Amino acid sequence: MNAITLLRTIALLLALTLGFAAPALAQIADAELSPLVDALAPGNFKDREAAIGILAATGDPRVVPVLEILLEGELYVDEASGKVVFTAASGGKGTISDPVTGAELQSLTEDGLDKVKVNNGLRRVLRTAIGQMTLLSEDPDTRLFAAQSILRDADPAQLELLDSAISAETDANIQRVMQQARAAIILKTPDAAIEDWQAAIPVVQAIGGRDALNTLTTALNTAPDTVKPLIQTAIDGLARDRAVWDVAQNIWFGISLGSVLLLAAIGLAITFGVMGVINMAHGEMVMLGAYTTFVVQEIIRQNFPGLFDWSLAIALPLAFLVTGLIGIAIERGIIRFLYGRPLETLLATWGISLIIQQAVQRIFSANIREVGNPTWMSGSFELGGLAITWNRFYIVIFAMLVFVALLLVLKYTAIGLHMRAVTQNRRMASAMGIRTPLVDALTFGLGSGIAGLAGVALSQIGNVSPNLGQGYIIDSFMVVVFGGVGNLWGTLVGALTLGIANKFIEPYAGAVLGKIIILVLIILFIQRRPRGLFAPKGRSIEA
Amino acid sequence: MITQALFRALDRKAIWIVAILLAVAILVPMSNLLLPDGHPLRLPNYAVPLFGKYLTFAMLALALDLVWGYCGILSLGHGAFFAIGGYAMGMYLMRQIGTRGVYANPILPDFMVFLNWKELPWYWMGMDNFWFAMLMVVVVPGLLAFVFGFLAFRSRVTGVYLSIITQAMTYALLLAFFRNDMGFGGNNGLTDFKDILGQPVQAGSTRAALFAASAIALALAVLACSMIVNSKLGKVMVAVRDAESRTRFLGYRVEYVKLFAFVVSAIIAGIAGALYVPQVGIINPSEFDPANSIEVVIWTAVGGRGTIIGPIIGGILVNVGKSYFTGAFPEYWLFALGALFVVTTLFLPKGIVGLIGQYRAATTKREQHDRGAPTPQQVEAGTDPQPKPAE
Repeated sequence: MNAITLLRTIALLLALTLGFAAPALAQIADAELSPLVDALAPGNFKDREAAIGILAATGDPRVVPVLEILLEGELYVDEASGKVVFTAASGGKGTISDPVTGAELQSLTEDGLDKVKVNNGLRRVLRTAIGQMTLLSEDPDTRLFAAQSILRDADPAQLELLDSAISAETDANIQRVMQQARAAIILKTPDAAIEDWQAAIPVVQAIGGRDALNTLTTALNTAPDTVKPLIQTAIDGLARDRAVWDVAQNIWFGISLGSVLLLAAIGLAITFGVMGVINMAHGEMVMLGAYTTFVVQEIIRQNFPGLFDWSLAIALPLAFLVTGLIGIAIERGIIRFLYGRPLETLLATWGISLIIQQAVQRIFSANIREVGNPTWMSGSFELGGLAITWNRFYIVIFAMLVFVALLLVLKYTAIGLHMRAVTQNRRMASAMGIRTPLVDALTFGLGSGIAGLAGVALSQIGNVSPNLGQGYIIDSFMVVVFGGVGNLWGTLVGALTLGIANKFIEPYAGAVLGKIIILVLIILFIQRRPRGLFAPKGRSIEA
Repeated sequence: MITQALFRALDRKAIWIVAILLAVAILVPMSNLLLPDGHPLRLPNYAVPLFGKYLTFAMLALALDLVWGYCGILSLGHGAFFAIGGYAMGMYLMRQIGTRGVYANPILPDFMVFLNWKELPWYWMGMDNFWFAMLMVVVVPGLLAFVFGFLAFRSRVTGVYLSIITQAMTYALLLAFFRNDMGFGGNNGLTDFKDILGQPVQAGSTRAALFAASAIALALAVLACSMIVNSKLGKVMVAVRDAESRTRFLGYRVEYVKLFAFVVSAIIAGIAGALYVPQVGIINPSEFDPANSIEVVIWTAVGGRGTIIGPIIGGILVNVGKSYFTGAFPEYWLFALGALFVVTTLFLPKGIVGLIGQYRAATTKREQHDRGAPTPQQVEAGTDPQPKPAE
């Protein structure tokens, strides 16, 4: 037994030297490789270590998955034949398969299998071996991936391996990652040379981000005294960068929240501006828009799964139509009888909101419904130090599009002109031949329709439930009160200001207290500007 | 002068309401306590606090009526004053639990022990004294209304804007009281009360006494409101409701008139809340829910705003209906409530009282018609001038 171990150790050493000399050995024959893999099973941990070394020395790409599976502790051996195999758990194709050829071994059953055991010492050996095989692999992607994983773990044991890989590396990009990994490792070895430290610190700083900051902070404790000031400067620099990115992140979150508020509030602002009434059922229109999306997705899922990515494009006009028509129905059926009594209108629309909520609850149940994201809206992308999710990004774009479209409608269409006229002076507009009842109905429909669009957008960032609208309605009121009515720009500025202010107060005061502070600030703000930021000027208000 | 005002306030209607309320305050406890079980006229035990609750709701509706019906300020945050009064009472009741709590801490309520607090926050000091607590029931809602009203009315926030801002106020308070570190029991609120003035809260006699107290408090509130609306100040309030700018041009300080009405109304609401809490045995942040405050508006509207009796009828009627509906068809209650909002605003702008008035006007008119042509004055008296909506 001992003799075998000794022999294998020698073989391992030889193999390792060879491995470094000739990084990529040619692929060897199955018949030769199989016994080497089988050698992983018998003996003690020391024997296994030697077997791993021999396997690694082959440089055969098929060895890497075997070692990785072994590292996870999911490699099995057939007790009778001594053959090492993959099982379903270890990612083999059949239930039990040959690790080298990948062929299914139907003669074997799971009962006869035994786990190939690993301990911590062996795991380290395995990681080194895998790192060596992948770092020196012929495939650049594999090498890059290996370098990144070393950068993450920064295991000092892999320093030598990394050095040889760096010298062999031809791709500049991969070499840079390897250098960064090397620097991270250096920062973990207190007895490294001072020059190495000095060279490593700027490299790590250049990586940037929270991980680099952590690495440097840990290194600060173990580093030689001479380089400590250097590390401190690097940390300060990184912290400054971080602070800047944090501010940017907050602004982005604020814009994202603000655009949601804008979508929810802008319809409210139009109806309030033109008709002087507050639509308490506005939140329910948002909710109906979200449920329209849900229904569209359900139908698509059951009948035309291929169209799923188009579900939003179908839901948007539908939601606009559904909520817009309901809005017109409410205006024609109830609100027009309450003309000139804004407080009664508020109560009546509140009653409508209760009825709609309860009806939706009866139809769709009170449970939360999940609306899926199309593929182009899921995931996120990096912008500098910012992680931006696609759905939030598209909602911001969408909110701006809706805003611009509305602006154009108000400015360049006949109905827009009429709406502005009625906002400024209802009786004069009527005297000039504008049919104010029609304008009222269309305004209410338009406002509700936009709420429906907001619902489609909101379904993409949260769950859909019958009280979805309630969560946004008070915030939307605040936007309208803050921004003033009769001017879309007021709503835009109001929504973005509230969104950003919310996100900036949140880290210091918490979400709930932040909201309270905002509400109190708005109540105080009303003192200065009782009609909001962009109040219409002139005598029309008191008329 | 006060006797004079009192005399003027006691017009025939107010006398009737006060007399009925006092009779109820005596008869209901008597029926529950004195009559034997099984007697057809005996009120069951559960009904006493239930009716007591309706009376406090009626009082809250009356408080809202004073600002909305008479002064044209639609407050969507009156539930906040009610809840604050309730919390003040709840704090007193919490301090009375003493060592009978789960953690048996003689000073700290259970939830503070649970949160690892070492001493009582300053705002809980003195709340173990009944009279101090009662003072707070009046002072805190009044002060909040004063500060809020002063800021809002001074800068001439009116109409829908004011409604939204009051809603924001109660919403902010809702969020604040949900926080554990506010020191008001967070989500769970204050509950598990034991004693009030040394009497067990659950006992039949205490409940009867609380009912009587609610009825008497409501009678006093009716008296106070009646006094106010029949005074010269009351006329100015109505003037503010009907034509605010005109009243201002006539030289009245509209903001002070509104502030007065708002503060008195908040105090009445606070007292109602304080009477509500021991009868239902709990106060928690959901009382601040904006939806609750809007519901109060519909009580007032259904009964008939701009009258003293209307909100009392509305408050009791809607809540009896709610108790019945939520028991019999829970899933249809919100439909019914929503429909009530729509129907009332569309067809009953003056509420049930207005309907009765219309009916009476119609019959007198017919009688007059039968007797001969009416004089213009009679027509005038028969049909109430339509209260113009506040804008």
